[in-house]
Amino acid sequence: MKILTQHINEPGIETFDVYRKHGGYTAVEKAIKSMTPDEVVEEVKKSGVRGRGGAGFPMGMKWSFLAKPEGVPRYLVCNADESEPGTFKDHYLMKSIPHLLIEGMIVSSYALGANKSFIYVRGELLYVIAILEKAIAEAKAKGFLGKNILGSGYDLELVVQPGGGAYICGEETALLESLEGKRGNPRNKPPFPAVKGLYQCPTVVNNVESISNTPWIINNGGEAYAALGVGRSTGTKLISASGHIRKPGVYEIVLGVPVEEFIYSDEYCGGIRDGHYLKALVAGGSSVPILPANLITTTANNEPRLMTYESLSDGGFATGTMLGSGGFIVFDETACIVKNTLNFAHFYRHESCGQCSPCREGTGWMEKILYRIENGRGTQADIDLLVDVSRKIEGNTICPLGDAAAWPVASAIRHFRHEFEWHISHPEEATRPGAVYPTEAVLN
Amino acid sequence: MEAIETPLLKVTIDGIEISVPPGTTIMNAARKIAEADPEQHDKVPPAMCYYEPLKASGGKCRACLVKVAAGSEKDPRPMPKLVPSCITQVQDGMIVENTTNPAVLETRKGIVEFLLLNHPLDCPICDQAGECYLQDFSYEHGVVDTRTQEERRTFEKHDLGPYIQLHMTRCILCYRCVYTADQITNKRVHGVLNRGDHAEISTYIEKAIDNDFSGNVIDVCPVGALTDKTYRFKNRVWFTKPVDAHRDCEKCSGKVTLWYRGEEVIRVTGRKNMWGEVKEFICNTCRFEKKETRDWTIEGPTRIERSSVISANKYGKNLIAKPDFALKLAKSQYKKIDDSRPYITDDQTIRQLSIENNKLANERSLASD
Repeated sequence: MKILTQHINEPGIETFDVYRKHGGYTAVEKAIKSMTPDEVVEEVKKSGVRGRGGAGFPMGMKWSFLAKPEGVPRYLVCNADESEPGTFKDHYLMKSIPHLLIEGMIVSSYALGANKSFIYVRGELLYVIAILEKAIAEAKAKGFLGKNILGSGYDLELVVQPGGGAYICGEETALLESLEGKRGNPRNKPPFPAVKGLYQCPTVVNNVESISNTPWIINNGGEAYAALGVGRSTGTKLISASGHIRKPGVYEIVLGVPVEEFIYSDEYCGGIRDGHYLKALVAGGSSVPILPANLITTTANNEPRLMTYESLSDGGFATGTMLGSGGFIVFDETACIVKNTLNFAHFYRHESCGQCSPCREGTGWMEKILYRIENGRGTQADIDLLVDVSRKIEGNTICPLGDAAAWPVASAIRHFRHEFEWHISHPEEATRPGAVYPTEAVLN
Repeated sequence: MEAIETPLLKVTIDGIEISVPPGTTIMNAARKIAEADPEQHDKVPPAMCYYEPLKASGGKCRACLVKVAAGSEKDPRPMPKLVPSCITQVQDGMIVENTTNPAVLETRKGIVEFLLLNHPLDCPICDQAGECYLQDFSYEHGVVDTRTQEERRTFEKHDLGPYIQLHMTRCILCYRCVYTADQITNKRVHGVLNRGDHAEISTYIEKAIDNDFSGNVIDVCPVGALTDKTYRFKNRVWFTKPVDAHRDCEKCSGKVTLWYRGEEVIRVTGRKNMWGEVKEFICNTCRFEKKETRDWTIEGPTRIERSSVISANKYGKNLIAKPDFALKLAKSQYKKIDDSRPYITDDQTIRQLSIENNKLANERSLASD
């Protein structure tokens, strides 16, 4: 069952005509001609689709929080600033089938009563911006955008905004600041964007994948969408699979596929590369806790782990992780967890906006400590220090970047403490090029 | 116009109840408690970035995080995370734990550590020493020992025009000076460049800040990052005598504090209230050019609150109030005294030893270059 990627390999799907031939823009017609905005919101609510950007907040509920004061414009902003290490689904979707996002934007804007909507695209993806702008021009020429769409009296202008070139601009309030032309610093919440967002007006910020789901939901009904998946994890999800697997790539799965099947079946990742075995998994982009081999395919209670929001976070942070944005990074035994953690820590240090002190100073401190450990100059006390620093960052920052920086470090130490200890107690072996913790020796 | 009666909201901070109008933040409610009873000063969360006269300031340093044990009368659930008290508005029936919550104190220790992580700790040569909010904050909420051994980030000193020097190495990125320039001057030419721990306050291509009210950034700076070039290295603040004075000024209120050394005015600043905040900003003419007593009408000595940073015996009082802290301090100092060596008392030997020590230190620093 595919919703987003069903027609993605059709030649010419990036053009209006081919997209239209495959049932494109029927949702716009249906919504604008036969439904009220509230009915559209209701369908999305019924579908149970959850935010695909990482937090997994129910999209319909987010829409229903939107304040609707008289005489104040409302905005829909699409968050296409995909920068999470390990996640590359939105990029793939936008460059391959741009009209899907645009159709979704029209339907969603109509539902929310927005007459001007924005797509904030990661600044590095310049060529994608060109693709989107071409698609918007096509849609406008065919009367699906602009003034008086399909003769209904509803106007919508769609603006593509190149991002500021920072990971932090993917945080929704930082994105809004950046969109306003300011420095991309996250805002203090409350007020939430649903009350005071872009230019202090009520705003909804949704991920590319979330918005791209709306045309299917309108065409087939929210209940049909909710019938897919398991429990509160409804519908399909794009997973960006990378790492030491045979077939890296973007896969659309119906939520509820067992993790074991996703890694080993030929339909998806195709298993670990030859001669190697699974060591660790980052299931939802670099921010989520890393899992060791014994907790990947089964939960701590020995139940099979599924690709759902609930199952992946089963066991909390002690033995679970999160689905996040679906950045599925698989490590085999040749991966050094310390080096990987250092790599992530470096990323978060580089991307911290520097506004609030725990994140600004803490991310840098963690990187420096990890750098010492990786280079054979650590002490055993450094490991506890890292845990303590990560704890003091977590939950004390303005935006979730602090948490995102703290979790990978804390979880790597929780599950792979022996590797950190080995790096410290065997500095000469550990600093040799390509050195990895000798799992084999320990296993035998 | 008729005054509209709004019902007051009841909030309890560390067991003390106060009624405040809607829209008041936890911080300002706590300040009200302390203003009514100075003994309750410790109920007020520390503020490093929040500055009441500046709109939108606050929420950044996280020094004022508090625990909300009950959200409101209607919804008495506790808030899951610690909240910044400077921007969180009170609800009716809210119960706040400031110093009574161990998690809050633990977090504050962490915040002190983070703020000092890249701070040069050059208080002995810093003009702000003695009226520095970071000194205060770390003294009251920090720990004695340091756990960092990493190199600190440093920056070059910059002259921002003829009056102000920026010593970015000391900066804690509170953004107060940015808001000041935004809100009280008509053109902001400085801001924050770069990100994360390499972010810095800067004027673009070191353009000088040239504005009649630019000097106020010195007053709002909680640390010694922005200093008055007409006062730099003139004197330690605790040796100077503050006096309230005013003059007729066409640009500003003309209400200032003069800082005397003997008969000489060595510094002019805005008047700070008990929270260290300047309510009436002053112009550069008053601040930098009127340094003669005859320029001013003297009102009388500045009243220094006991809670103020420059108040005499402030730290001593804290030491007594916090026996734990004193004991720790004593312990950490004690380790450094080498008791095995005989005490040397005659002048000649001490002189000789100090010359040798200096020589050794010189050699060491040359070797490390």
